Amino acid sequence: MSNEVQYKVVVGLEIHVQLCTRSKMFCGCAVKFGQPPNSRVCPVCLGMPGVLPVMNKQAFEYAVLVALALNCEIADFTKWDRKSYYYPDLPKNYQISQYDLPLSTNGFIEIPLEQGRTKRVGIIRAHLEEDAGKNLHPAGNFSQVDLNRTGTPLLEIVTEPDMNSGAEVRALAVELQRMVRYLSVSEADMQKGQMRFEPNINLVITKDGAEYKTPIAEIKNLNSFRALERSIDYEIQRQLDEFLETGKTMDTAGKSTRGWDDDREATFLQREKEEAPDYRYFPEPDLVPVELTKEWLDDIRAHLCELPITKQMRYVNEYKLSDYDAGVLTAERSTAEFFEQAIDAGGEPKRVCNLLTQVGLKLANEKGCGLAELGLAPENVAELAKMIAVGQVSATAGNTIMQEMLKTGKSPQLMAEELDLVQKSDACELETIVDQVLTENTKAVDDVKSGGKKSKKALGFLLGQVMQKTKGRANPKVVSGILAKKLG
Amino acid sequence: MENLSAKELRDKIAAGRISSVEATEEIFKNIDERETAIGAYINTYRDRALEKAAEVDKRIAAGKPVGELAGVPVAIKDNMCTVFGPTTCASKILENFHAPYNATFVEKLLSADAVIVGKTNMDEFAMGSSTENSGLKQTVNPWDRSRVPGGSSGGSAAAVAGGLCFAALGSDTGGSIRQPASFCGVVGLKPTYGRVSRFGLVAYGSSLDQIGPITHTVADSALMMNVIAGHDPADSTSVDEVVAPVCDYLEKVDEPIDKLKIAIVPEFSAGADQQVQKALTDAVDIYRGLGAEVIEINMPHLDYAIAAYYVIATAEASSNLARYDGVHYGHRSENAADYIEVYSKSRAEAFGKEVKRRIMLGTYTLSSGYYDAYYLKALKVRNLIRGDFTNAFEKCEAILMPVSPTTAFKIGEKINDPLKMYLSDIYTIAANLAGVPGISIPCGFDENDLPIGLQILSPAFTEDKLLRIARMYEKENDWHTRKPTVTN
Repeated sequence: MSNEVQYKVVVGLEIHVQLCTRSKMFCGCAVKFGQPPNSRVCPVCLGMPGVLPVMNKQAFEYAVLVALALNCEIADFTKWDRKSYYYPDLPKNYQISQYDLPLSTNGFIEIPLEQGRTKRVGIIRAHLEEDAGKNLHPAGNFSQVDLNRTGTPLLEIVTEPDMNSGAEVRALAVELQRMVRYLSVSEADMQKGQMRFEPNINLVITKDGAEYKTPIAEIKNLNSFRALERSIDYEIQRQLDEFLETGKTMDTAGKSTRGWDDDREATFLQREKEEAPDYRYFPEPDLVPVELTKEWLDDIRAHLCELPITKQMRYVNEYKLSDYDAGVLTAERSTAEFFEQAIDAGGEPKRVCNLLTQVGLKLANEKGCGLAELGLAPENVAELAKMIAVGQVSATAGNTIMQEMLKTGKSPQLMAEELDLVQKSDACELETIVDQVLTENTKAVDDVKSGGKKSKKALGFLLGQVMQKTKGRANPKVVSGILAKKLG
Repeated sequence: MENLSAKELRDKIAAGRISSVEATEEIFKNIDERETAIGAYINTYRDRALEKAAEVDKRIAAGKPVGELAGVPVAIKDNMCTVFGPTTCASKILENFHAPYNATFVEKLLSADAVIVGKTNMDEFAMGSSTENSGLKQTVNPWDRSRVPGGSSGGSAAAVAGGLCFAALGSDTGGSIRQPASFCGVVGLKPTYGRVSRFGLVAYGSSLDQIGPITHTVADSALMMNVIAGHDPADSTSVDEVVAPVCDYLEKVDEPIDKLKIAIVPEFSAGADQQVQKALTDAVDIYRGLGAEVIEINMPHLDYAIAAYYVIATAEASSNLARYDGVHYGHRSENAADYIEVYSKSRAEAFGKEVKRRIMLGTYTLSSGYYDAYYLKALKVRNLIRGDFTNAFEKCEAILMPVSPTTAFKIGEKINDPLKMYLSDIYTIAANLAGVPGISIPCGFDENDLPIGLQILSPAFTEDKLLRIARMYEKENDWHTRKPTVTN
């Protein structure tokens, strides 16, 4: 029997994604971030006496679209429920949510792991609800409530506890973010609270041949991917230490809620031994159930696109791109689409990829815009890639042409000529230059001819001399051929 | 003028034979003379009303088009949101609450050119059968000032009966229009659930609440329905007019129904007082005399209506009233040490006893572990009751039964015995659970000269027929023309 302590990390996520509909979930107020407090409100989202909610159809369709992308079973009959709890940022003191008949259940998401592998994480359910407002605590013995966010459509996604490390959780978060952005249903900015993750984490520890489960901790207020990953890594160590020190297990201690301190990079206890709160769910009498017909579902399904993970895997397998490059190109839908347009226009994938990642995206980043907004025509990138492929310009010159093309909008052919970057591949012309170099460097010629150690180095030197004389425009392949012939 | 019905008054105003200002002044003269005694109103709006009346008169004089209720002084219950004056629900918690919007049906009244005289007293949040639960004042029965006007729309019924308006709106969750109408000797109609928009009606039991007219005559009821009925996009539970079209309720109200088939439920009705039963029997005889076929039916689940109602209505109420928490509007305790106390103390100080009782009942029945035994079971009973009506309406076009087991009872008689008070609604509650329309019309007086009401129920969305059936009886009697004598 081993004395060694082994453990397995178990993490499940509760995720909230704000949907970027024009108006709120149950009223006509605009969904907008960063507005003056309580300026995006009306009697309905303020929960005034006598008001009634009306479902935002667009929000429902967005939610179904995400559920489809998450491979969920979509309910043809779904209803609304009231979830009751008292809090100042919840003006009705109940939240309209979905309880026993959510709009979707039982799906999964593929997340990318290193070396082109993927992992499937189960989705228990995804349902629609309304967001709460925000309590603000300025100095003084009072608090303030901003209800602008109240009633924003919120998609709640609950995963199976299928993740086993901070890195996997981060991978899921990044994957989900680019998925909802691909679908154009959320801006999914964690800093703005448009996408919020609450991990539930514990460890299954094997010690002296027996298995122990540590008490589950739920971590709140994580507003970056980094915080998400770090908090889990921190929590793994903390739970392990706590177990070794106290022997606490989930049978002897209850679930706790912990906050994340971004400065100290540590979790801290918020609430312990929490009993499951009684939300007194019951069917929302002010709304009618939603019956999703096959036609309606088909209409929604038509808005699906190839998902980023599928694209990424395809780029690796079909275009033989690296994991990294495929990841960069699929990070945003517009980038991937630009890339594919250039491929469709005849560009060789790897060369198009290099042009985009080494020049295009760099410039887009500097300008703070997307690749597609640079004003670059995918056909021109394809053309440039072809020019490199046939040796009309060198790869280095290609990058220069790409940069200049972005400035001028001219075609790559024209740019190459204007910049005098067209490679000299004419054997006759190059032979004259080679002869000249050979005459001027007799020592090097001897070294090459003598063979041995110095031969390779001297050959490189001669090639360099030719390139210098042609200002880098000589096609190195052609020059090497001539040199080999002359010195061989 | 006081003996005119709303429709007669409207016709005379339209014909220029009476001015709206005269009619409105007459009403305010009556209010001056009788309101101290009756206590029907929480607030009256003399200047506003006279201004509107003058405006209507001007338009009529100029030959310009006017609305269907042009110039007619009407009252609305104080749980109906208006931008003018407070909307109190007769509760201290909303005593100073001013709604920022008009209810849909208020807008409809205004665009029909009705003159809104004031907002009437009620049981606090419409919870009660005597208007004794008003947190603000006592309303008495114009026929006997030692008796209750019924409730919860007691103020509206007393205002119509006492000549303090020509017609009024009430709300009916378990009989709150029909029972006070019967106690005060006027006509009260609860339309089908979904026929009239609830947007702007402060919710009590959302799946049961429905707005309807309280009037002198059946024709007036039809006239009011013409104004308030119809789909409202702001109320998801208001019915699509393609599914259930509205019609001109007034047009054919005088046309009797040929070969009418009505049903009585002898076993169920046997619980009423002798005099009430006698009045019912006499009414049935009148219909027989008019050529109607009368059958006896059994509705086995009506006995459970009160029990189911007090589970469903209180559950919904506990949630609907959660928003009155002292945080956003309404009464806020000055003795609160923290936000939890803002909730508990504000609510403890400002809600009345019956409201607290129902909130506690509803909170209890929705609590985890009790939900199935109470709420879910009550929903099942509700379905059985719906089934009773479906079966009954396969055999007949209308069901006749008492409105309430007794005539108006003494003030204070039942207020300390909630169960006894609840039984006052035994005949009216089933219509709310089933969602079907019901009307109460005067059908005689008891030995104390107190009015007795006859209740007629018909299938969902057959208000046109229901009104015609009621009108058949009304034509044979003069009960509805009798008026109480009241002075301050």
